[in-house]
Amino acid sequence: MAEKQYTYAVARIRSKELSLLNGMFLEQLLAARTYEECLQLLADKGWGDGSTQSAEQILTGEQEKTWALMEELVDDLSVFDVFLYQNDYHNLKAAIKLVFTNAEMPGAFFTHGTVEWETILKAIQEQDYSLLPEAMRAPAKEAFDLLLHTRDGQLCDVIIDKAALDAIHAAGKAADNAVIKEYAELTVAAANIKVAVRAQKTGKSLDFVRRALADCDTLDTAKLAQAAVEGQEAIYSYLSATPYADAVQELKESPSAFERWCDNLIIRRIRPQQYNPFTLAPLAAYVLARENEIKTVRVILSGKLNQLRMESIRERLREMYVN
Amino acid sequence: MDNFGVVLALLGAVLAALMAGAGSAVGVGRAGEAAAGVVTEDPSKFGKVLILQLLPGTQGIYGLLIAFITLSQIGILGGNVEMSLAKGFLYLLACLPMAIVGYWSALKQSRAAVACIGLVSKRPDQLGKAIIFPAMVETYAILALLVSILAITGIGGLPV
Repeated sequence: MAEKQYTYAVARIRSKELSLLNGMFLEQLLAARTYEECLQLLADKGWGDGSTQSAEQILTGEQEKTWALMEELVDDLSVFDVFLYQNDYHNLKAAIKLVFTNAEMPGAFFTHGTVEWETILKAIQEQDYSLLPEAMRAPAKEAFDLLLHTRDGQLCDVIIDKAALDAIHAAGKAADNAVIKEYAELTVAAANIKVAVRAQKTGKSLDFVRRALADCDTLDTAKLAQAAVEGQEAIYSYLSATPYADAVQELKESPSAFERWCDNLIIRRIRPQQYNPFTLAPLAAYVLARENEIKTVRVILSGKLNQLRMESIRERLREMYVN
Repeated sequence: MDNFGVVLALLGAVLAALMAGAGSAVGVGRAGEAAAGVVTEDPSKFGKVLILQLLPGTQGIYGLLIAFITLSQIGILGGNVEMSLAKGFLYLLACLPMAIVGYWSALKQSRAAVACIGLVSKRPDQLGKAIIFPAMVETYAILALLVSILAITGIGGLPV
């Protein structure tokens, strides 16, 4: 079947791209003397609803605006599920731990997911896994049972994180548009690299690393797992022979430099969608661009609030989708 | 079967109007979707995007022109409708450039128009350049129109 063209939707997105934040605006934010001045600059740019809101309310509001726009433009929002799986599995992790510790903390959940967080919590509380999507049932049961029997929260996290990556990988494979495929592959690959680096630093066993790594097309997980138990240099040497050779320098610098490199890589790969007049890809790219700018603004605001030096904030900034 | 020549000639006229018209309808519709997207966000750009929306519509007019000339040449609009089979076939062939090129150029021009509507939404000052890109596709519709007109008007004098 021919791919849907989304002509109207892409034309609207073209206009919306004009109000995306660019590097120059980020410099203005950075140069603002106070946190309040940053909020004022954002308000002038149309962020927030014009009333007095906290930074977190403004950022959540901007996320809501993006999803409200996508609801208008796309008949079936499930095409963007791949962007929400991480929230779902985060909510699953939170639900399992809250039920296990018999605690209540609604703030621990993300509101945007493919499944309502209340449903996930209910499924765990009532041990009724049929309430969950099929792919989530087995890891949810395995993680909860394991936590009950071993009280090993880290292993519980590993099972759920791996399930999230598997879900993203499967969604990328099933997708018929380039941006979603690219996002899925890069997300899984970056997560695998992070897992390998952390496992090496904490001296995890080969079995543990193998269990934590998710399949992806651009990395050989068996070789990466082996490298992770052999040592840091083995990881760098393996990565040098993959499409992620540039990541080695960033990993040597710091974990946050690597995170920034991963986010920038996705933005660079999706940037050509600014010139694509058809298909879902420019819409998916817009969603990622908005998430990226919200993340970057959050970094600046928390830097300003904690009175960090400008250089220190600047080195955490992501590249923007528009120039 | 005596007047099968006229049937073929009429088929040519119908194809020219039908295919070029269908291509233009799809093309103008597609560009209209994009134009509506831009105007939803910025109504002040209506005039600019309207020009681009109309560009794929010309093929339909060219198809109508070819159909009209053919109908008048073969006598359907008044006169003698007698025609040999060979002549009818020649009229059919003469109409095909406009029918085929008209259809495809309208579709392809609409894609260029949609892309340029996106361009105008971001850079309204570049309207002139934005019109040129889809207008380049028009060249081939005009060439097909010329070939069809020359052929149709020349067939009448042929001794077939």
